[in-house]
Formats: sequence, C-alpha cells, structure tokens
Amino acid sequence: MSNAVEVRAVTKRFDKVVALDDLSFDVAQGELFGLVGPDGAGKSTLFRILTTLVLPDSGSATVLGFDVARDLWDIRSRVGYMPGGFSLYPDLSVAENLEFFAAVFGTTVEEGYELIAPVYKQIEPFRDRRADALSGGMKQKLALSCALVHRPEILLLDEPTTGVDAVSRREFWGQLAALKASGLTIVVSTPYMDEAMRCDRVALMHGGRILDIDLPGAIGARFERPLFAVYGENRYAMLQALREYPHARSVYLFGDSLHYTDDREVPSVVEELTAYLGAKGHPDSRVEPIAAGIEDSFMALMGSAA
Amino acid sequence: MNPNALAISAHGLTCRFGSFVAVDHITFDVGAGEVFGFLGANGAGKTTAIKMLIGLLAPSDGEARVAGFDVGTERAQIRRNIGYMSQRFSLYNDLTVRENIQLYGGIYGLSDAQLRDRTAALLESLGLSESAGDLVGRLPLGWKQKLAFSVALLHEPKIVFLDEPTGGVDPITRRQFWEMIYAAAARGTTVFVTTHYMDEAEYCDRISIMVDGRIAALGTPAALKAQYEVDTVDDLFVRLARGATVTA
Repeated sequence: MSNAVEVRAVTKRFDKVVALDDLSFDVAQGELFGLVGPDGAGKSTLFRILTTLVLPDSGSATVLGFDVARDLWDIRSRVGYMPGGFSLYPDLSVAENLEFFAAVFGTTVEEGYELIAPVYKQIEPFRDRRADALSGGMKQKLALSCALVHRPEILLLDEPTTGVDAVSRREFWGQLAALKASGLTIVVSTPYMDEAMRCDRVALMHGGRILDIDLPGAIGARFERPLFAVYGENRYAMLQALREYPHARSVYLFGDSLHYTDDREVPSVVEELTAYLGAKGHPDSRVEPIAAGIEDSFMALMGSAA
Repeated sequence: MNPNALAISAHGLTCRFGSFVAVDHITFDVGAGEVFGFLGANGAGKTTAIKMLIGLLAPSDGEARVAGFDVGTERAQIRRNIGYMSQRFSLYNDLTVRENIQLYGGIYGLSDAQLRDRTAALLESLGLSESAGDLVGRLPLGWKQKLAFSVALLHEPKIVFLDEPTGGVDPITRRQFWEMIYAAAARGTTVFVTTHYMDEAEYCDRISIMVDGRIAALGTPAALKAQYEVDTVDDLFVRLARGATVTA
C-alpha cells in the first residue's frame, strides 16, 4: 500500500459556505502530518470526511487504501479519531470512558494497554473521576487514550491542543513523536503556528483551501521578500510610525519584535529604518534581517489569497 | 506607583474550596492603562482569581481593589466599572450585530443618545456598518471576537478583562485584535488578558505566571526572560509551570 491518506479534488459545501474547495494532498505511511489553520479553515470538515462521517460533494479520498464513500466499516475500525473539543462522556468516569471506547471497537482496555500506557498512566490515578471534572490537559490525555485503545493504524486528531496550556501542549507533542516512532501514521490539526515545526510535513489551510504544503522549514524559506525584525520600547507607537514609512509593505506584531517588509527591491533597510525610527522618537530601536517562519508565510499567503 | 493610578491592587488574595486552596495569597498591582498578561497552566487558579477580581466570587482571605472598589464588599460597583469578554461566551449568536450592541448598552444603562452614537462609531470603526443586521452567529470567529471586545468597551469601563480572547483566530486577525488592545490601552483603559499563545504574552507590558495558586513570576517579559535566562516567554512558562504539583 502506498499512501496512508489520498485526497483528490475534494469539495464540500454547507449551504452557501464552501467548507472545502477542491482540496488534494497525500499523507505517506508513518508520517506525522499537520493541518495548520484558524477556525473556519475547513480542518474539522476534512477530518469528518476522512472518518466517513460526512461525504464530499465531489472528489474522492482514501484512508489506508479504503474509499471514504464506499468502505465505511473498513476505515472506521482502523482509525483512531479524536474530535475537536475532546468529545468525552462527561458523566462517565475516566475508566468508564476508556472501557466504553474499547467495547465499541470490540476490544478491551487490557488488550490496548501497552499502546496507551505512556499517556494513560498519567491520568490513571484519577480513574474514578468524572470526565467533566478533569482539567483541559487531563481531558486531552483521556481523549487520546480513547482514540488509541483499539490500536488503530492511523490517528486523526482534530485540534488536540486547543485550549490547553503551553506545558501540556509540549508534552502532548512529545507523546505524538513517540507514537510516530512506533510506526503510526498521524494527521493532526492545530491553530497554533509554532506547532507546525513539530510535524514532518504541514498543509497551511485557510478558507477551505491549502495555501501551501511542504516541510515546515521549506515553507518559511519560500517567503518572497527580505524580512526584518524591529526591536524597541513602546511597540505600539513604533508600529504606527513604521506603518507611516513611505516604503513599508507590511508591518505587524511578532512576539517580542515587529516584522517589517519593504515594497522596494533593496538589499537592506537596516540603516534607513533605524534613522527613521530615531527621528520619530525611538532612538533605542534595533533593526535586524531575519529568516521568515511559518507564521510569516501564512500571513503573506492569506493576504494574497484574499 | 501612585495608588490612585492603580486599576487593580490585590493583597494576599485567597480562595479556598474546602481544603483545596485554588488561589493562595496572591499580591500584585496593575497600573491604569497597562496591558497585563495573566498567565498560568490549566488548573493553576487563573479562572478563580479572575472570578474574584470581577466580583463573581468572594475571597476567602486577603483583599483586592478593582477600579477603586473592594472585591469583597463593593461587587456591584465593580461590575459596572469593568468590561469582560471570553472566548467561550460573549455575544448572543441568535441576535444581530446591532441587537447585541443594544442589549449590552441597555444592560450597562447607556442613554438612548449615547447608545445611538456609540453604536454608529463602533460599527464604523470595525467596518461592520453593512453587516449590522446580520446574525452574530454568521460572522467569522475573528470578526465576532473583535465585535465582542468592542461591546465589552461600550460603557467605557476603566478595566477590561479578556479571557483567552483570540483562541482559534487566524494570525492576521489575532494581530488586529492586539492592535485594538493597544489602542484601548493608549486611551487609558487597563487591559487584563489571559492567553495560551505565548507570542501574545510578549505583547503585554507586564505578565504574571501562576503556578499552583501562587504568582511564581511577575514583571516585564524582557526582565523575566533575562532573570530566568531564557529566550522566549514560552520557555519561561514551561520552566516555571513544569515544577507544578498539579501537572494535569
């Protein structure tokens, strides 16, 4: 078998809204593949199609070689799906949720224990606690355990880190890396751009389309203009000053700096921008050429797609 | 800092649920017009602390003043002087844009003239004049959140509390949202914000990081990064929060 997932020209509309617009891509066996994009990008609709819960209006898709429109039961038994918002039974306990998911797939917690243990052991001390009394990080671990308990061949994870703090998010990506190392194919969606770097390949999604798809490092490298980071005090005033600069093409907040691109083909704007900001009351500003990352590329592609 | 210029002043603020201490003697000040990032892991006590600050939950111990009013005894005044929005709930999806604005204006006791003027100004500044009659539920998330923020500012509160306002919002709209935050702060409104996006923590004037009900670190992002010898707030957060006993 070649690819774990093959999507060909898939389109899906809900009334007038085009949720997925002629989408095509492949996910290789054993790959950790990321779908990165904000709410409304179409990520959840794509997962529902891959899990056979929704049919595409046109186009076709296969999962593990099975057709999503024809081979429902072949796909459903082999897929571990973690829907957005974790979809646990709130008034069942941790252990009951897990037993329920195991039973639905005709297996037992014992049979799947080895696979889920690295994740499940962390919440097992709370096995009698109701799911609705768990913190976000614990719900996430339980939902992943439930998606893994029947030992699926592919994991489809819809925004598993949304609403979860930065520590739990890092731990979660560590767990995904371990699962990938065991040979599992993983397709995971996220609105957090920084998480793209944890994937083998990513598709940037917006408005039902794929803006770009590649190795995470390659997407940033394709950023088409020289990019500059501007550091200094009083960032809001500095942002406004830079927006007024006659050659400014884009200026936006970025972590502890501002990111700037120029509308001319010039090798460096470091000296002239520093002088300009100095004259505008920002004598302490510092301008540095930098390499663009995924988020810079995403915004540039979003702007040109609009 | 001049105590009259303080928007929030908390001293030993504590909340216990039975034997569990959710918020454990936190002490901090927030200045007027400051953008203050209130960070912490899930379960660290952020939400409980915010509930006390906005007058929804009485402290078990300690005290705090918000907009000059005592969180223990003057809760009604506090609620009139603050704005609040969260990711989970802020607007009614089944009401139109205009109806939501009117509802909140009415709740906060704006006069008809004030409401008319501010509604027009708000719609204009958001570029939503054409969409005033659309149901809020039909708006893209980013627009909804920008509208919710504007509505939370409608009664010109001294302080606005934003609880994960940008979750799931695209990177361009997220930055537009933060420029709205800066604009509000520049007008003198204090902004108290929580977020899971660590790059947004860098946008704050000062941040605090809660761990197990206590404030483990407090300062400007630059000073804290220097103090803990880390490159990013993300690294700082992970370093502090990983030591927590409530890791889940």
